[in-house]
Amino acid sequence: MRYLPLTAADRTDMLGMIGAASIETLFADVPAAARLEGLIDLPRQASEAAVERRLSALAGRNRAAGAGPFFLGAGAYRHHVPASVDHLIQRSEFLTSYTPYQPEIAQGTLQVLFEFQTQVATLLGLPVANASMYDGSTACAEAVMMAARVTKRRKAVLSGGVHPHYAASTHTLAHAAGVKTQRLVAAIDDEAAVIGAIDAETACVVVQTPNVFGTVTDVSAIAQAAHAAGALLIVVTTEAVSLGLLKSPGDMGADIAVAEGQSIGNALNFGGPYVGLFACREALARQMPGRLCGETLDAEGRRGFVLTLSTREQHIRRDKATSNICTNSGLCALAFSIHMSLLGGEGLRTLARINHARAQATRDALAAVPGVEMLTSRFFNEFAVRLPRPAAPVVEALARRDVLAGVPVSRLDPGAGLDDVLLVCATETTLPGDIDALASALAEELRPT
Amino acid sequence: MTLQSVGRPTRAEFQPQANDGQARPDGRIGQGLLQDEPLIFERGRWDVSGVDFDLEGETFDESDLAGLTRAEAPALPGLSEPETLRHYVRLSQRNHAIDLAIYPLGSCTMKHNPRLGEKMARLAGFADLHPLQPMTTVQGALGVMNELAHWLQTLTGMPAVALSPKAGAHGELCGLLAIRAAHEARGDARTTVLTPTSAHGTNPATAALAGYEVQEIAQTADGRVDLSDLAAKLGPHVAAIMVTNPNTCGLFERDIIEIARLTHAAGAFFYGDGANFNAIVGRVRPADLGVDAMHINLHKTFSTPHGGGGPGSGPVVLSAELAPFAPTPWVVHGAEALELVEHAEGAGAQAFGRMCAFHGQMGMYVRALAYMMSHGADGLRQVAEDAVLNANYIKARLSGVLSAAFPDGPCMHEALFDDTWLEGTGVTTLDFAKAMIDLGFHPMTMYFPLVVHGAMLIEPTETESRREMDRFCDALIDLAAAAKAGDVERFKAAPRHAPLARLDETLAARKPRLTWTA
Repeated sequence: MRYLPLTAADRTDMLGMIGAASIETLFADVPAAARLEGLIDLPRQASEAAVERRLSALAGRNRAAGAGPFFLGAGAYRHHVPASVDHLIQRSEFLTSYTPYQPEIAQGTLQVLFEFQTQVATLLGLPVANASMYDGSTACAEAVMMAARVTKRRKAVLSGGVHPHYAASTHTLAHAAGVKTQRLVAAIDDEAAVIGAIDAETACVVVQTPNVFGTVTDVSAIAQAAHAAGALLIVVTTEAVSLGLLKSPGDMGADIAVAEGQSIGNALNFGGPYVGLFACREALARQMPGRLCGETLDAEGRRGFVLTLSTREQHIRRDKATSNICTNSGLCALAFSIHMSLLGGEGLRTLARINHARAQATRDALAAVPGVEMLTSRFFNEFAVRLPRPAAPVVEALARRDVLAGVPVSRLDPGAGLDDVLLVCATETTLPGDIDALASALAEELRPT
Repeated sequence: MTLQSVGRPTRAEFQPQANDGQARPDGRIGQGLLQDEPLIFERGRWDVSGVDFDLEGETFDESDLAGLTRAEAPALPGLSEPETLRHYVRLSQRNHAIDLAIYPLGSCTMKHNPRLGEKMARLAGFADLHPLQPMTTVQGALGVMNELAHWLQTLTGMPAVALSPKAGAHGELCGLLAIRAAHEARGDARTTVLTPTSAHGTNPATAALAGYEVQEIAQTADGRVDLSDLAAKLGPHVAAIMVTNPNTCGLFERDIIEIARLTHAAGAFFYGDGANFNAIVGRVRPADLGVDAMHINLHKTFSTPHGGGGPGSGPVVLSAELAPFAPTPWVVHGAEALELVEHAEGAGAQAFGRMCAFHGQMGMYVRALAYMMSHGADGLRQVAEDAVLNANYIKARLSGVLSAAFPDGPCMHEALFDDTWLEGTGVTTLDFAKAMIDLGFHPMTMYFPLVVHGAMLIEPTETESRREMDRFCDALIDLAAAAKAGDVERFKAAPRHAPLARLDETLAARKPRLTWTA
């Protein structure tokens, strides 16, 4: 077997050196009743070529996003990733290293994490960021738990614009820990309702901008209302590219900002692995979940980096830790950081402006389709439209025309009563021909027969 | 110097001198092939971008976002593509990697990462696939999930699996939430989770996150769960026990079946921490041990790369009793095609909720499946055997020099030593580990498990050759001789040949600098 270096002769020699009669001797502590004598009923070993054939066949049964017109967003976004990003993350020293527990021989990873934290903090407009979470949704859930710890309150108010998967993940975690989540009715814009739901029991308010319907909100008023009630404001962003154009969460008064970082440096990957971004005010840093990288000096006075404030973490604090997270999203954070370094702030802003322009062009084309009603007025690169009939079958029908038209709200939130609403997203990868194809296919599909 | 209970120094013994961080005190800007490399914020320029855009014919009108946009671009520098390559290649050279040498971190299973997985995960049909595409357009992806589920269920003997947890600790949470839901469905809310003193820190942290009190189970002198202590602590308040097997001392819990029996008799569930599944894959099915739920770290046993700290993937296999409570989503065979169930609805729906957005770590599923298919049932059995053989070989070679924590009987996939052998030398486990770096080796896991003083936990995995293990053992034997010979200075000053000397963790924590500021 190509991954196993020991030869039969090695095995025999080594058993002899150990003083074991056979390999069975080494498994002597396993109860006899639980020892499998024969092979498990699964296929035998296979050559690289055979495995490649099998998996390529499976891959071939999927319609790749880039194979034709494509307009899906809703928490995962198709952007161009420069070739150098994927090359660099496959460097052995990044790909095959562990969490940097021995900092003297892990300065590569550690410096990257320090740079990543600085990039994330800058984009989110807050002074402190951690070294990544699993993804945006789990970052959101952890932020709510953190807010409950900080405020010693047990209720979270979630805007109806929060991505339904984020709301569900947050509810699942919070519920077990005895923190109540109050999710407001799904709405294109629910600023007033959010402010109205804040009370003296509220630990935090969770608002997404751009929200799942694409609406961009200045959350300053919500921040003021939350702070007046002694609650924290958590701002969620699922499209990190928007941070290049829009006001940052920190600038609008967020205490904690979380985001899905997939858009920068990472492929769609059918939903994972992604990378959660997590930033907060300085005073809250010691309540953060996850790894933190900090600057220090070595014994000769040279600058270096280490994992720090680990007394928050599970391997030191055990049941008193701020989170149970251990493995995070190091390599996806690296991809984010490399792409961000290539873009720079100016490049990200230009990228964001292109995204916005392509979404406007898509909006204009769809607005001209009879029967389509525009629902989102202030959007970045995605928006909601109302169709004259349920969106899911329309999306299926368009897929048969090889146009992936968007995400029906019913797919994310079947109980919302928004079956006729479709979420449409455009990015810099959306070309004029794609927009034309969507508009004409939709017009044909909706044409009364 | 202050010490934790397990003997880990928490204060550095030196007083660092202030330094601008730019150049070494002696003025060098590199060493051999190693180039010094500043932060991007110190070398990048604010008006540079390494990305060109197609701007021809593009017009921007952001009046619809009046009052919502930034006044200026984010204050982040950009690098040209050549500068970017230099920056990250230079940084990469400051990392140890499994591709460079043995990475003997006990409990971490740092094994070879086949590049086939990287190639497969990057196929456009997997990588360029949106999680919410119509299901008719993602049948191959659902096929991967379905097939991975089949392999995991068959290898563990368990009837169900929740694929979506994103790492081991996330899988633990998933398992405990299923257990919580099962108890609540019986109207039997319970309050407590038991973990052995040797448990991974994630176990008690997860139990607390899931809303449980945590109580520790004592360990016997031979490194196993103390059955009488377990029996005494079990009761109607105990929701579950969390036991790693093989445990973190590298030992198989001989009484595992009795542990499961006692647990079930008390109405509690047995959560198995599958971090060490590599030792038994293909030879032992956790279902046969009485496990009710167990996460499997695809980034350990099934060799998806650890990437400097992730991403991982932590699917959880579940018993028939817990299966109805599995979180969404899951794959089912529909009338004509595979389907993804994303919402559990209607009467009888018992799913406890959702672990994360979308469907989990697809990129890791593809890599793990490529690895499983490559090994097959026969190869995976050999994996366990070679992993255990290699660990016992290292234990045998080093036992006369270091002090094995549990000298009697075989170990499983990792060999545990304590610091008894260092008594009187003035050298600590930390010093010894840092001196290993000077010989070109990554240290073993230090000061874990907490039940052994000054622990050194060595896990070679099955992908080390005998030659590499001999190099490693020869070096450790020489180094141990130096420690016993009283060459304390060599150890206290170590590492001297790494890119940096020993780093001051206390300074970092006392005045945290977590981001760069001009």
